[in-house]
Amino acid sequence: MKIKVMENILSSNDQLAEANREEFNRRSITVLNVMASPGAGKTSVITELMRRLDGEVAFSVVEGDIASAIDAEKIEAMGVPVLQINTGGGCHLDANMIREAVQELQPPDHSVLFIENVGNLICPSAFDLGETLRMVIASVPEGHDKPYKYVYMFETADVVILNKTDLMPYINFDRDNFIQGVRALNEKAPLFEVSCSTGAGFSELVAWLKKQIR
Amino acid sequence: MHEYAVTRSIVKIVAAEAEKAGARKVSRIHLVIGDLSTIVDDSVRLYFPMIAAGTVAEEAELVFRRIKAEFYCKQCGKNFIKPAHGFECPVCGNLGMPTDIGKEFYVESIEIE
Ligand SMILES: Nc1nc2c(ncn2[C@@H]2O[C@H](COP(=O)(O)OP(=O)(O)OP(=O)(O)O)[C@@H](O)[C@H]2O)c(=O)[nH]1
Ligand SMILES: [Mg+2]
Ligand SMILES: [Zn+2]
Repeated sequence: MKIKVMENILSSNDQLAEANREEFNRRSITVLNVMASPGAGKTSVITELMRRLDGEVAFSVVEGDIASAIDAEKIEAMGVPVLQINTGGGCHLDANMIREAVQELQPPDHSVLFIENVGNLICPSAFDLGETLRMVIASVPEGHDKPYKYVYMFETADVVILNKTDLMPYINFDRDNFIQGVRALNEKAPLFEVSCSTGAGFSELVAWLKKQIR
Repeated sequence: MHEYAVTRSIVKIVAAEAEKAGARKVSRIHLVIGDLSTIVDDSVRLYFPMIAAGTVAEEAELVFRRIKAEFYCKQCGKNFIKPAHGFECPVCGNLGMPTDIGKEFYVESIEIE
Protein backbone atom coordinates (compact mmCIF):
# COMPACT_ATOMS: atom_id res chain seq x y z
CA MET A 1 0.00 0.00 0.00
CA LYS A 2 1.19 3.49 -0.87
CA ILE A 3 0.59 6.42 1.46
CA LYS A 4 0.89 10.05 0.39
CA VAL A 5 3.03 11.95 2.87
CA MET A 6 4.01 15.27 1.26
CA GLU A 7 5.92 16.46 4.28
CA ASN A 8 8.87 18.82 4.10
CA ILE A 9 11.96 17.02 5.33
CA LEU A 10 13.02 19.90 7.55
CA SER A 11 9.52 20.57 8.87
CA SER A 12 10.39 19.87 12.49
CA ASN A 13 13.21 22.41 12.32
CA ASP A 14 10.86 24.89 10.66
CA GLN A 15 8.30 24.47 13.45
CA LEU A 16 10.89 25.07 16.14
CA ALA A 17 12.18 28.08 14.21
CA GLU A 18 8.67 29.52 14.06
CA ALA A 19 8.37 29.12 17.85
CA ASN A 20 11.69 30.92 18.29
CA ARG A 21 10.51 33.68 15.98
CA GLU A 22 7.32 34.17 17.99
CA GLU A 23 9.33 34.45 21.18
CA PHE A 24 11.73 36.97 19.59
CA ASN A 25 8.80 39.01 18.28
CA ARG A 26 7.00 38.93 21.60
CA ARG A 27 10.12 40.21 23.34
CA SER A 28 11.14 42.58 20.53
CA ILE A 29 14.55 41.00 20.16
CA THR A 30 16.25 41.62 16.83
CA VAL A 31 18.05 38.45 15.82
CA LEU A 32 20.63 38.43 13.05
CA ASN A 33 21.69 35.11 11.59
CA VAL A 34 25.17 35.90 10.27
CA MET A 35 26.29 33.57 7.50
CA ALA A 36 29.46 33.53 5.39
CA SER A 37 32.39 31.40 4.29
CA PRO A 38 35.10 30.66 6.84
CA GLY A 39 37.16 33.78 7.40
CA ALA A 40 34.93 36.19 5.45
CA GLY A 41 34.70 38.39 8.52
CA LYS A 42 31.65 37.30 10.53
CA THR A 43 33.29 37.90 13.91
CA SER A 44 34.95 41.11 12.70
CA VAL A 45 31.69 42.58 11.39
CA ILE A 46 29.77 41.59 14.54
CA THR A 47 32.38 43.05 16.89
CA GLU A 48 32.73 46.25 14.83
CA LEU A 49 28.96 46.78 14.86
CA MET A 50 28.80 46.21 18.62
CA ARG A 51 31.70 48.57 19.20
CA ARG A 52 30.02 51.32 17.21
CA LEU A 53 26.68 50.86 18.95
CA ASP A 54 28.14 50.45 22.42
CA GLY A 55 25.81 51.87 25.05
CA GLU A 56 22.91 52.35 22.62
CA VAL A 57 21.46 48.87 22.78
CA ALA A 58 22.12 45.62 24.64
CA PHE A 59 23.84 42.88 22.66
CA SER A 60 24.39 39.19 23.06
CA VAL A 61 26.02 36.67 20.77
CA VAL A 62 25.66 32.99 19.98
CA GLU A 63 28.84 31.57 18.49
CA GLY A 64 28.50 28.56 16.24
CA ASP A 65 32.12 27.69 15.68
CA ILE A 66 32.64 24.05 14.89
CA ALA A 67 35.35 23.26 17.39
CA SER A 68 37.13 26.23 18.92
CA ALA A 69 36.16 28.92 21.39
CA ILE A 70 38.41 31.59 19.83
CA ASP A 71 35.56 33.77 18.55
CA ALA A 72 33.56 33.43 21.77
CA GLU A 73 36.60 34.57 23.75
CA LYS A 74 36.91 37.67 21.55
CA ILE A 75 33.28 38.58 22.27
CA GLU A 76 33.63 37.85 25.95
CA ALA A 77 36.63 40.18 26.11
CA MET A 78 34.26 42.98 24.99
CA GLY A 79 32.07 42.29 28.02
CA VAL A 80 29.21 41.03 25.86
CA PRO A 81 27.24 37.93 26.98
CA VAL A 82 28.16 35.10 24.63
CA LEU A 83 27.28 31.45 24.35
CA GLN A 84 29.37 29.02 22.39
CA ILE A 85 27.54 26.20 20.66
CA ASN A 86 29.66 23.25 19.81
CA THR A 87 28.19 21.66 16.74
CA GLY A 88 30.65 18.78 17.08
CA GLY A 89 31.78 19.13 13.50
CA GLY A 90 28.24 19.84 12.26
CA CYS A 91 27.96 22.10 9.26
CA HIS A 92 25.14 24.35 10.44
CA LEU A 93 23.19 25.57 13.46
CA ASP A 94 19.58 24.50 13.83
CA ALA A 95 16.52 25.95 15.52
CA ASN A 96 16.73 23.62 18.49
CA MET A 97 20.30 24.69 19.28
CA ILE A 98 19.15 28.30 19.21
CA ARG A 99 16.16 27.57 21.45
CA GLU A 100 18.47 26.05 24.05
CA ALA A 101 21.07 28.79 23.67
CA VAL A 102 18.49 31.51 24.18
CA GLN A 103 17.13 29.82 27.29
CA GLU A 104 20.58 29.96 28.74
CA LEU A 105 21.61 33.41 27.49
CA GLN A 106 18.30 35.12 28.34
CA PRO A 107 18.81 38.15 26.09
CA PRO A 108 16.87 41.15 27.43
CA ASP A 109 13.80 42.52 25.65
CA HIS A 110 14.56 45.08 22.90
CA SER A 111 18.11 43.79 22.56
CA VAL A 112 20.06 42.60 19.54
CA LEU A 113 21.20 38.99 19.30
CA PHE A 114 23.86 38.06 16.78
CA ILE A 115 24.13 34.43 15.79
CA GLU A 116 27.45 33.66 14.14
CA ASN A 117 26.59 30.60 12.08
CA VAL A 118 29.10 27.94 11.03
CA GLY A 119 31.37 29.20 8.23
CA ASN A 120 29.76 27.68 5.17
CA LEU A 121 27.66 29.13 2.34
CA ILE A 122 25.54 26.04 1.76
CA CYS A 123 24.15 24.24 4.78
CA PRO A 124 23.21 27.12 7.10
CA SER A 125 20.91 28.53 4.42
CA ALA A 126 18.61 25.50 4.68
CA PHE A 127 18.02 25.79 8.42
CA ASP A 128 15.70 28.52 9.61
CA LEU A 129 16.67 29.54 13.14
CA GLY A 130 13.75 31.89 13.72
CA GLU A 131 15.99 34.90 13.03
CA THR A 132 14.60 38.33 12.26
CA LEU A 133 17.14 38.93 9.51
CA ARG A 134 19.62 36.90 7.53
CA MET A 135 22.92 38.71 7.14
CA VAL A 136 25.14 37.24 4.43
CA ILE A 137 28.75 38.37 4.25
CA ALA A 138 30.96 37.88 1.24
CA SER A 139 34.51 39.15 1.16
CA VAL A 140 36.68 40.46 -1.65
CA PRO A 141 39.41 37.75 -1.51
CA GLU A 142 36.78 35.03 -2.03
CA GLY A 143 36.12 36.36 -5.51
CA HIS A 144 33.10 37.89 -7.25
CA ASP A 145 31.49 34.63 -8.28
CA LYS A 146 30.01 33.70 -4.89
CA PRO A 147 26.39 34.66 -5.72
CA TYR A 148 26.58 32.56 -8.87
CA LYS A 149 27.64 29.50 -6.89
CA TYR A 150 25.62 29.85 -3.70
CA VAL A 151 22.26 30.78 -5.11
CA TYR A 152 20.02 30.01 -2.15
CA MET A 153 22.22 31.82 0.35
CA PHE A 154 22.10 35.08 -1.60
CA GLU A 155 18.49 34.67 -2.66
CA THR A 156 17.25 34.44 0.93
CA ALA A 157 19.50 37.15 2.42
CA ASP A 158 17.84 40.16 4.06
CA VAL A 159 21.07 42.11 3.94
CA VAL A 160 24.27 41.44 1.99
CA ILE A 161 27.64 42.74 3.09
CA LEU A 162 30.74 42.83 0.95
CA ASN A 163 33.65 42.93 3.40
CA LYS A 164 37.38 43.54 2.99
CA THR A 165 36.91 46.24 0.37
CA ASP A 166 40.34 47.55 1.42
CA LEU A 167 41.79 44.59 -0.49
CA MET A 168 40.12 45.60 -3.76
CA PRO A 169 43.35 47.05 -5.27
CA TYR A 170 45.21 43.77 -4.77
CA ILE A 171 42.61 41.33 -5.95
CA ASN A 172 41.01 40.67 -9.27
CA PHE A 173 37.48 41.28 -8.03
CA ASP A 174 34.82 42.27 -10.57
CA ARG A 175 32.57 44.43 -8.40
CA ASP A 176 29.92 44.97 -11.08
CA ASN A 177 29.68 41.27 -11.73
CA PHE A 178 29.27 40.58 -8.01
CA ILE A 179 26.51 43.17 -7.63
CA GLN A 180 24.78 41.95 -10.79
CA GLY A 181 24.72 38.40 -9.43
CA VAL A 182 23.34 39.50 -6.08
CA ARG A 183 20.66 41.63 -7.73
CA ALA A 184 19.58 38.89 -10.13
CA LEU A 185 18.88 36.66 -7.15
CA ASN A 186 17.65 39.26 -4.72
CA GLU A 187 16.19 42.62 -5.68
CA LYS A 188 15.38 43.74 -2.16
CA ALA A 189 18.27 43.12 0.24
CA PRO A 190 20.36 46.23 0.88
CA LEU A 191 24.01 45.76 0.00
CA PHE A 192 26.76 47.38 2.06
CA GLU A 193 30.40 47.48 1.02
CA VAL A 194 32.59 47.67 4.10
CA SER A 195 36.05 47.14 5.48
CA CYS A 196 36.59 46.05 9.05
CA SER A 197 40.21 47.14 8.71
CA THR A 198 39.61 50.76 7.67
CA GLY A 199 36.03 51.18 8.92
CA ALA A 200 34.88 52.20 5.43
CA GLY A 201 31.16 51.77 4.85
CA PHE A 202 30.32 51.12 8.50
CA SER A 203 28.43 54.33 9.16
CA GLU A 204 25.84 53.31 6.53
CA LEU A 205 25.65 49.78 7.89
CA VAL A 206 25.24 51.02 11.46
CA ALA A 207 22.49 53.42 10.38
CA TRP A 208 20.69 50.52 8.71
CA LEU A 209 21.05 48.28 11.78
CA LYS A 210 19.71 50.99 14.07
CA LYS A 211 16.54 51.10 11.99
CA GLN A 212 16.05 47.35 12.43
CA ILE A 213 16.16 47.46 16.25
CA ARG A 214 12.73 47.08 17.84
CA MET B 1 26.62 18.46 3.34
CA HIS B 2 24.20 17.97 6.22
CA GLU B 3 22.85 14.64 5.10
CA TYR B 4 23.12 13.14 8.56
CA ALA B 5 20.58 15.59 10.00
CA VAL B 6 18.46 15.25 6.89
CA THR B 7 18.45 11.46 7.03
CA ARG B 8 17.39 11.57 10.66
CA SER B 9 14.45 13.80 9.76
CA ILE B 10 13.44 11.48 6.95
CA VAL B 11 13.42 8.46 9.26
CA LYS B 12 11.43 10.40 11.86
CA ILE B 13 8.78 11.48 9.37
CA VAL B 14 8.51 8.02 7.85
CA ALA B 15 8.30 6.27 11.22
CA ALA B 16 5.51 8.59 12.36
CA GLU B 17 3.51 8.03 9.15
CA ALA B 18 4.04 4.27 9.30
CA GLU B 19 2.84 4.17 12.87
CA LYS B 20 -0.28 6.18 12.01
CA ALA B 21 -1.05 3.68 9.27
CA GLY B 22 -0.29 0.71 11.51
CA ALA B 23 2.40 -0.54 9.15
CA ARG B 24 4.53 -3.53 9.98
CA LYS B 25 7.21 -2.57 7.54
CA VAL B 26 8.07 0.27 5.18
CA SER B 27 9.30 -1.12 1.89
CA ARG B 28 9.92 2.05 -0.08
CA ILE B 29 10.36 5.77 0.59
CA HIS B 30 9.80 8.26 -2.21
CA LEU B 31 11.70 11.51 -1.83
CA VAL B 32 11.49 14.58 -4.02
CA ILE B 33 14.66 16.66 -3.95
CA GLY B 34 15.31 19.79 -5.97
CA ASP B 35 18.80 20.28 -7.30
CA LEU B 36 19.21 23.54 -5.37
CA SER B 37 18.85 21.71 -2.07
CA THR B 38 22.48 20.51 -2.35
CA ILE B 39 21.65 17.12 -0.86
CA VAL B 40 23.70 14.25 -2.21
CA ASP B 41 21.65 11.07 -2.69
CA ASP B 42 24.60 8.81 -1.99
CA SER B 43 25.29 10.27 1.44
CA VAL B 44 21.66 9.85 2.44
CA ARG B 45 21.89 6.24 1.27
CA LEU B 46 25.06 5.84 3.27
CA TYR B 47 23.56 7.09 6.53
CA PHE B 48 20.15 5.55 6.10
CA PRO B 49 20.78 1.95 7.25
CA MET B 50 22.58 3.23 10.33
CA ILE B 51 19.86 5.66 11.33
CA ALA B 52 16.90 3.51 10.34
CA ALA B 53 18.21 0.40 12.11
CA GLY B 54 15.66 -0.91 14.56
CA THR B 55 12.79 1.13 13.08
CA VAL B 56 9.95 0.00 10.78
CA ALA B 57 11.86 1.64 7.94
CA GLU B 58 15.09 -0.29 8.33
CA GLU B 59 14.66 -2.32 5.16
CA ALA B 60 13.12 0.41 3.07
CA GLU B 61 14.46 1.24 -0.36
CA LEU B 62 15.07 4.95 -1.00
CA VAL B 63 13.73 6.31 -4.27
CA PHE B 64 14.90 9.80 -5.21
CA ARG B 65 13.09 11.99 -7.71
CA ARG B 66 15.42 14.86 -8.54
CA ILE B 67 14.02 18.11 -9.89
CA LYS B 68 16.20 20.32 -12.04
CA ALA B 69 16.38 23.96 -10.96
CA GLU B 70 14.54 26.44 -13.17
CA PHE B 71 15.20 30.15 -13.47
CA TYR B 72 12.94 32.69 -15.11
CA CYS B 73 14.21 34.94 -17.89
CA LYS B 74 12.44 38.31 -17.94
CA GLN B 75 13.70 39.02 -21.46
CA CYS B 76 12.40 35.81 -22.98
CA GLY B 77 9.42 35.59 -20.66
CA LYS B 78 10.01 31.97 -19.81
CA ASN B 79 11.75 29.52 -17.56
CA PHE B 80 14.99 27.77 -18.39
CA ILE B 81 16.88 24.94 -16.74
CA LYS B 82 19.75 26.30 -14.67
CA PRO B 83 23.05 25.52 -16.39
CA ALA B 84 25.76 23.79 -14.34
CA HIS B 85 27.44 27.12 -13.59
CA GLY B 86 25.67 30.36 -12.86
CA PHE B 87 22.17 31.19 -14.08
CA GLU B 88 22.45 32.80 -17.48
CA CYS B 89 19.57 32.28 -19.89
CA PRO B 90 20.86 29.94 -22.62
CA VAL B 91 18.82 31.83 -25.24
CA CYS B 92 19.58 35.50 -24.62
CA GLY B 93 22.43 35.43 -22.07
CA ASN B 94 20.67 37.57 -19.48
CA LEU B 95 20.72 36.54 -15.83
CA GLY B 96 17.59 34.69 -14.77
CA MET B 97 15.53 35.06 -11.62
CA PRO B 98 15.11 32.20 -9.15
CA THR B 99 11.83 30.27 -9.07
CA ASP B 100 10.56 27.66 -6.62
CA ILE B 101 11.35 24.85 -9.04
CA GLY B 102 14.47 23.10 -7.81
CA LYS B 103 13.93 23.76 -4.13
CA GLU B 104 11.66 20.77 -3.47
CA PHE B 105 12.64 18.87 -0.39
CA TYR B 106 9.98 16.51 0.88
CA VAL B 107 8.89 12.97 1.56
CA GLU B 108 6.34 12.34 -1.17
CA SER B 109 5.01 8.94 -0.17
CA ILE B 110 5.84 5.66 1.49
CA GLU B 111 4.99 2.10 0.55
CA ILE B 112 4.05 -0.05 3.51
CA GLU B 113 3.21 -3.63 4.29
N1 LIG C 1 42.11 43.21 5.14
C1 LIG C 1 41.01 42.92 5.85
N2 LIG C 1 41.02 41.86 6.67
C2 LIG C 1 39.90 41.59 7.35
C3 LIG C 1 38.73 42.37 7.23
N3 LIG C 1 37.76 41.85 8.02
C4 LIG C 1 38.30 40.79 8.63
N4 LIG C 1 39.59 40.62 8.23
C5 LIG C 1 40.53 39.57 8.67
O1 LIG C 1 40.07 38.32 8.14
C6 LIG C 1 40.34 37.27 9.07
C7 LIG C 1 39.06 36.52 9.40
O2 LIG C 1 38.15 37.39 10.04
P1 LIG C 1 37.04 36.86 11.05
O3 LIG C 1 36.24 38.02 11.47
O4 LIG C 1 37.67 36.01 12.09
O5 LIG C 1 36.20 35.96 10.05
P2 LIG C 1 35.09 34.87 10.39
O6 LIG C 1 34.18 34.83 9.23
O7 LIG C 1 34.51 35.15 11.72
O8 LIG C 1 35.99 33.56 10.45
P3 LIG C 1 35.59 32.09 11.02
O9 LIG C 1 34.75 32.33 12.26
O10 LIG C 1 36.90 31.46 11.31
O11 LIG C 1 34.85 31.43 9.92
C8 LIG C 1 40.97 37.92 10.28
O12 LIG C 1 42.35 37.81 10.18
C9 LIG C 1 40.54 39.37 10.16
O13 LIG C 1 41.44 40.25 10.76
C10 LIG C 1 38.76 43.50 6.33
O14 LIG C 1 37.79 44.23 6.14
N5 LIG C 1 39.93 43.69 5.65
MG1 LIG D 1 34.33 33.91 13.39
ZN1 LIG E 1 16.45 34.79 -22.04
